[in-house]
Amino acid sequence: MKDASKNQPLDPSGIEHVAGLARIRLTREEKEKLGAQLSDILGYMEKLKSAPADDLEQLSHILPLKNVTRPDEPSSPAGSEQYLRLAPEREGGFFKVPPVIEET
Amino acid sequence: MSEFETVIGLEVHVQLKTRSKLFCDCPVDWGGEPNSRVCPVCLGLPGTLPVLNRKSVELGVRAALALNCRIAPFSQFHRKNYFYPDMAKNYQVSQYDLPLSADGFVEIPREEGSLRVGLARAHLEEDTGKLVHFAAEGFSGVDFNRSGVPLLEIVTRPDLRSPEDAYDYLKVLRNLLRTVEVSDCDMEKGSFRCDANVSLRLSGSEKLGVKTEVKNMNSFRAVERALSYEVSRQAELIRSGGAVVQETRLYDAASQKTFPMRSKEEAHDYRYFPDPDLVPTELDRVWIEEISAALPELPSAKAGRFQRDYELGFYDAGVLTSDPALAEYFETAARACANFKTLSNWITVELMARLKESDTPIESSPVPPEHVSELVGLIDRGVISGKIAKSVFALMCDERKPPSEIVRERGLVQISDESELEKVVEKVIGEHPGPAEDFASGKEKALGFLVGRVMKETRGQANPRLVNEIIRRRLSG
Amino acid sequence: MPAFQALNRLSAHELAARIAAGRATATAAVRDCLERIEKTDRRLNAFVRVDREEALEEAGRIDRELAAGRNPGPLAGVPVALKDLFCVKGREVTCCSRILEGFISPYDATVARKLKDAGAVILGSTNMDEFAMGSSTENSARGPARNPWDLERVPGGSSGGSAAALAADQTVAAFGTDTGGSVRQPAAFCGVAGLKPTYGRVSRYGLVAYASSLDQAGPFGKDVEDLALLLEVIAGHDPRDATSAPEPVPRYRDFLQADPASLTLGLPSRDTLKGMDREVAAAFRAAVDTYAALGAKFVEVELSSLEYAVACYYIVSTAEASSNLARFDGIRYGRRAPGVADLLELFEKSRAEGFGEEVKRRVLLGTYVLSAGYYEAYYGRALRIRRLIKNDFDSALAGCDCVILPTAPIPAFRLGEKIDDPLQMYLTDLFTISINLAGVPAVSINCGFTGGGLPVGLQLVAAPFREDNLIRAAALFEGATAHHLKKPALDDR
Ligand SMILES: [Zn+2]
Repeated sequence: MKDASKNQPLDPSGIEHVAGLARIRLTREEKEKLGAQLSDILGYMEKLKSAPADDLEQLSHILPLKNVTRPDEPSSPAGSEQYLRLAPEREGGFFKVPPVIEET
Repeated sequence: MSEFETVIGLEVHVQLKTRSKLFCDCPVDWGGEPNSRVCPVCLGLPGTLPVLNRKSVELGVRAALALNCRIAPFSQFHRKNYFYPDMAKNYQVSQYDLPLSADGFVEIPREEGSLRVGLARAHLEEDTGKLVHFAAEGFSGVDFNRSGVPLLEIVTRPDLRSPEDAYDYLKVLRNLLRTVEVSDCDMEKGSFRCDANVSLRLSGSEKLGVKTEVKNMNSFRAVERALSYEVSRQAELIRSGGAVVQETRLYDAASQKTFPMRSKEEAHDYRYFPDPDLVPTELDRVWIEEISAALPELPSAKAGRFQRDYELGFYDAGVLTSDPALAEYFETAARACANFKTLSNWITVELMARLKESDTPIESSPVPPEHVSELVGLIDRGVISGKIAKSVFALMCDERKPPSEIVRERGLVQISDESELEKVVEKVIGEHPGPAEDFASGKEKALGFLVGRVMKETRGQANPRLVNEIIRRRLSG
Repeated sequence: MPAFQALNRLSAHELAARIAAGRATATAAVRDCLERIEKTDRRLNAFVRVDREEALEEAGRIDRELAAGRNPGPLAGVPVALKDLFCVKGREVTCCSRILEGFISPYDATVARKLKDAGAVILGSTNMDEFAMGSSTENSARGPARNPWDLERVPGGSSGGSAAALAADQTVAAFGTDTGGSVRQPAAFCGVAGLKPTYGRVSRYGLVAYASSLDQAGPFGKDVEDLALLLEVIAGHDPRDATSAPEPVPRYRDFLQADPASLTLGLPSRDTLKGMDREVAAAFRAAVDTYAALGAKFVEVELSSLEYAVACYYIVSTAEASSNLARFDGIRYGRRAPGVADLLELFEKSRAEGFGEEVKRRVLLGTYVLSAGYYEAYYGRALRIRRLIKNDFDSALAGCDCVILPTAPIPAFRLGEKIDDPLQMYLTDLFTISINLAGVPAVSINCGFTGGGLPVGLQLVAAPFREDNLIRAAALFEGATAHHLKKPALDDR
């Protein structure tokens, strides 16, 4: 596991990797500007290290709710047209995308 | 001993038998026009939120109990983030470090002692949509009917040592899950899917070798074949001084080989984190006991009971309990039958061969269980011979009539009238004095010939046991 | 007809009472609002879409209902404006992002449904920071909204359009969402009242998510009674939102009358409040004095974890956002980049062209803090600190009815002033952010003005599901002051 204290500010290759994960194509200018800004912000985050929270449990849900479920009762489908017409591109009953190759 | 040891782990996804999806109330049914089983939630429309289907949790627990898993008192859904067009939200809701259940095992029954396959975990997750490729037209289409269908992912430990082990494990697993009515486990309908991790290591070594992940196997046999191919491919590679590359390979059923996936794989970084839209599941003892109490008899217990109560052997009991519908078929038939061994033979040999020929599941057998019991009764009471019974059985399959009706219609009733048979025996002895003398002078072999002639004279309808008796009486007198 | 005050200038409860009594019509109220929008919105840019025809039609239907003696609900005929992230069936919802251009929602958000059921008339959608990411409404694909008190200044954000529209009397009530202060801060900047309910108090179903564990929808009102009334309508358990609480909804309007002596306010130490603008600090001290003069009791509370709130918030919220916004890919809805050759281009270009700079910044930040090797150091750490903050509020609120805080450390700033320094922009959320992290409810009310005539917000924070205490404390202050009655001098030319 990498240690955040040793992490490099987001250099161009770092920002490119993150942008790749997020599927956002950045221009060279954006890489520079956003990289610098994010490094700044991450620098500010360093203060979290000094917070007295080591022994605390992580809090991912603020309300003490549990076992929120619904009964297994199917609705009748409303038809595909109202959804397909939202698509930027469609072909018949499908949402259309460029060809995806996954065969060998 | 071979120089390499095979190490296989399997990841199985089964579709849980719910009526609606995991996080929305869209119906779960097979087929349907593309995108006809969708709603704002399973299409990932902005603003929509998931709400967990209670039944899917209960089915998950049922499965976990049947798989001897430890059920987590606290489980949580995480988001697995990656982009793919069949993903409505570009993240999959799954379970990560807090799965529904873990640390289980499955026993593969073997006469010499069962093989225990460890399970790392069994967790709930949602299915993705489906990509359909229109190669000629140069595009792909996405169908979200399956998006959000509840799945249980069952991951073994690397405990399987051969493709045959893997095949047996899959059969046992499917039987378990069908018995507890968690899933239909129908590979053709996609309700049972299997991926495999395969590696080799030098025999005696503890260190695992580099593994490949094998996908695209569409039947249990395909899994076995793909693994056999992959094992020999890796072995040859290592023997020739090469190295196995960690990669995903797809099985091609036509050539029975595996090939590396062409699309380039990036290093996965799924950025799992707890899904803030879904609150934790806390399974208390009361809830688990409720589910446990409703659990039917498991296959291993059933096989034991079959051996005990029906006095069947290990093998027969194993076959009959290898599928819940088959076991039920046998038990229904056994209710009207006194000869369980013969009944078991008729079901496991004749009926199953017949079903296999026409690729028919036992549930749609053309012969109802009561008819098989009736057939066994007819044989036992000497109404028909075993030989005639085979032809009767074939007619039962084709004409779907009870055996008694077939026997009556075609006059197949066995001749058990002694005086009538004595006449035939006299005739046969008169025509074949040689063999008759042979038998009289102690040549047992000649008896068979004489019985055969009597059978022929009566067009197979004579009761062979009786014919036997009469000839003996007549010639040894 | 006598020259009544135009109906758009009324508060929601006043208008609802008039309409119910037959002294005004829904149609007239909607017309007055539309006229006001027509006259002022070229300058304010508070609305991104006005559904004139639909609104008039709905108002007509409500008038007919009333004429037929039926009761269409507690908000019958009250025009409301919704931030452009509430899904309303048949209407475009864009979150002021290019990537959602043309998205017509096929379903109603639960809040929208409840408002319709209560008889409210939806005027249209208001401007916002793209996907609710921002504190100024400058990050909008539809151009910035402006502050009615000073058109050179921002209305706050991210629900800036709703706050500005209400402050300018373009609408009678408005709704926003609050993830880190996005209702309270613009309420403060625009001199109206705004309430962020307890997490789980209001359904999130149909609100385009920014950060799911922090988002709450909340009302803007012209006075505290409006907040009580509007909250009653939108609050409550929703089976479509697994994080919505099954708590009963009290009649919040029953808490408008309060005995000052029964009110205990928690005042954070001087240290917690450092870094405030001088005039904001003065208005805040004056507000404390007002409460003291009314007879409220004070206790000092310790909120030292506030120091970490901004850093914690920008990890938690961006991490969730990076995942929540992954669905915008140009496949099922929204905008797709033209001429993409393959799948990777489809994703990368659609998102590059569709998202504005602040959204990119936050999505990248969130992706980074969740990525392999960094999760524990950032996200895991932030979740621990979130508990620290919650614990701080729990203990503070155990000893008082409400904690009293400024809403923002500064008054409305100039357009463009902070846009190139995101970190400085983030730091203006200091006092609001921790409330979302703790999941507790808070209200912002006007507590005075700067020398330059800019409103200053006072924030009251209560324990979970104790919005009644917010209403009590806020109504008490409002009853003793007249700040909320002052209107911006937007000339109508
Ligand atoms: Zn659905």
